[in-house]
Amino acid sequence: MTYTKRKDKRKMDETRPIIAKVGIIPNAKGSASFTIGKTTAYAAVYGPRELHPKFLQDPKTGKLRCNYNMMPFSGTGERIRPGPSRRSKEISMVTQNALASVMDLSDYPNTVVDVFVEIPQADAGTRCAGICAASMALADAGFKMKDIPVSIAIAVADNKTVFADPDYAEETLNQTGEAEHVADIAVTILPRTGQVTHLQMDGMVSKEKLFEALEMAKAVTKKINETLKVALKEQFKVEASK
Amino acid sequence: MNPIIQHVRDLIKQGKRLDARKMDEYRDLSVETGVVKTAEGSAHVKLGKTEVIIGIKLSVGAPYPDTPDEGALMVSAELMPMSSPKFESGPPSIKSIELARVIDRGIRESHAIDQKKLCITSREKVWMVSIDICTINADGNLFDAAGVAAIAALKDTKYPAFDGETVDYKEMTDKPLVIDKVPIPVTISKLNDQLIVDLADNEEAAEDGRVTATILEDGTICSIQKGGPIPFTSEELGKVIDLAIEKSKEIRAKL
Repeated sequence: MTYTKRKDKRKMDETRPIIAKVGIIPNAKGSASFTIGKTTAYAAVYGPRELHPKFLQDPKTGKLRCNYNMMPFSGTGERIRPGPSRRSKEISMVTQNALASVMDLSDYPNTVVDVFVEIPQADAGTRCAGICAASMALADAGFKMKDIPVSIAIAVADNKTVFADPDYAEETLNQTGEAEHVADIAVTILPRTGQVTHLQMDGMVSKEKLFEALEMAKAVTKKINETLKVALKEQFKVEASK
Repeated sequence: MNPIIQHVRDLIKQGKRLDARKMDEYRDLSVETGVVKTAEGSAHVKLGKTEVIIGIKLSVGAPYPDTPDEGALMVSAELMPMSSPKFESGPPSIKSIELARVIDRGIRESHAIDQKKLCITSREKVWMVSIDICTINADGNLFDAAGVAAIAALKDTKYPAFDGETVDYKEMTDKPLVIDKVPIPVTISKLNDQLIVDLADNEEAAEDGRVTATILEDGTICSIQKGGPIPFTSEELGKVIDLAIEKSKEIRAKL
C-alpha cells in the first residue's frame, strides 16, 4: 500500500513546472507571480508608507506587514467566502515571519512595507507559492535584502516515502486510502545559509524522516532560487533597456 | 487642488487628455477566458493598465422563498489592496459595493441568464451562480472592465457534475451555462463639461460625475447608474446614451 511511485510520474525531488514573473502589477512598487503546477500566487508590495495606528510605529525601523488571501473562486470545491479567516490570518503571520529576518528597513523609520499575497488558483502549496512570490516582489521593489527566501512543501507518506511539492491529490493520499499517513511539511529556507525561517508540519513523521525532508527542501529551494533569480534579472534587464 | 488633478482639468479645457487619447477613445482592451482552472468559468480582462479577473462558481442551494423556481445570481467585488495604493483591506467599501451592484443589475435586468433554467427542483434545489470580481491592477474604469470580464466569464462557464445530492467539482460536464443576452456597461464621465470615456485613474480623480449605462445588442438600455454629485442636463444625458450605445458596439466586437 506504500506510495512509491508518484501519481503524475514526477521524481521524488521534482517540483511541478514553475513559472516566475516579476513586475506584473504596474501600480505596485514591486510585484511578482509564482505558478507551480496549478497553484498560482500573486504578490504586490506597497510602501514604505506611514504606519497607522501611530503607536505601532517604530522610530528605529520600518516594519514588514504581510497579508495572505485566497480569491473566492480559487478553491477546488465550493466558493470561498471573501474576507479574512483563521487560516488566512495564520498564513499571513507565517509569511511575515518567513520574510522579516532578511529585510533591512532601517532606512525607513516609522513606516510600513505592505506585502499583499493573493491566490487566484489553488492546488496545494499556496503558502509556499505566496512566500516565493512575495520574496520576488520585495526584491523587485528594491529593498535591501540579505537573501531571497524560498519556500516549498515536502511530504512524507507513511513515514517512508519523502517527496517534494505535493499537489492536492498527493496531499490527500490518506483520504483516498493510498497511504495511511501523509505528513505535509511547509518550509522556507534562506538559500545562502540554509537557515530555516518558516517551518510547519502536520501529519506523522520520525525525526530521521523529518531531517531527510529538510535536506530535500534545501536542495529543492536552491533550484527554485535559481529560477527566481532568472525572473528578477529578466525584469531589471527590461528596465535597463528602457 | 492636487497639481495633477488641476493639470488634467486644464488639459480637458483645451480638448486634450493626459495620455493623448481622444475624448471618446478607449484604451486597448483584451479578453482572455478560462484563466482560472478551479473556477467553473473565468476571464482576465486588461483595459490599458487596468486588470481584473472574474471567476464564476456554481453551487446548489435552496431558492429564495419569493422565487421558488428560480436560481440565484450573486455578484461581489473585491477591490484588492494588491491592485492599488488607494485600496485597503477590511470590510467592503462603498466603491466595491457600487461596482458589484452595477454589474449585477446589468446582468440581472437584461435577463442574460434565464434564472428559471437554473431551477433543479422547485422550492428545493436551484443552481446558484456566484460572480466574483477581483482587481489585479486598478487604473480607472473598473466598471467597464468588470462588465466585459463578467459576461466573458459567464460565457466560459460549464456546469460541474451533480448527482442530485452533491456537486462534484472535480468532474466538469460539457454543459455550458446558457447566456441569452450580452449586456455591456459603458461609463461616460463628465469633466469640465466635457464628456469623456474610459478614464484612467488620474483622470477619475479629477472627474465631476459619471453615468454607467448597460447596453444590449439591439441598443436597448438595461441599467443606468449615475455617480458623483454634479448634475447632468437632459441634453447631456442624451449625448451620454448615444455615446454609450456607439461605444458598446466597439466593445462587443472584442468579445
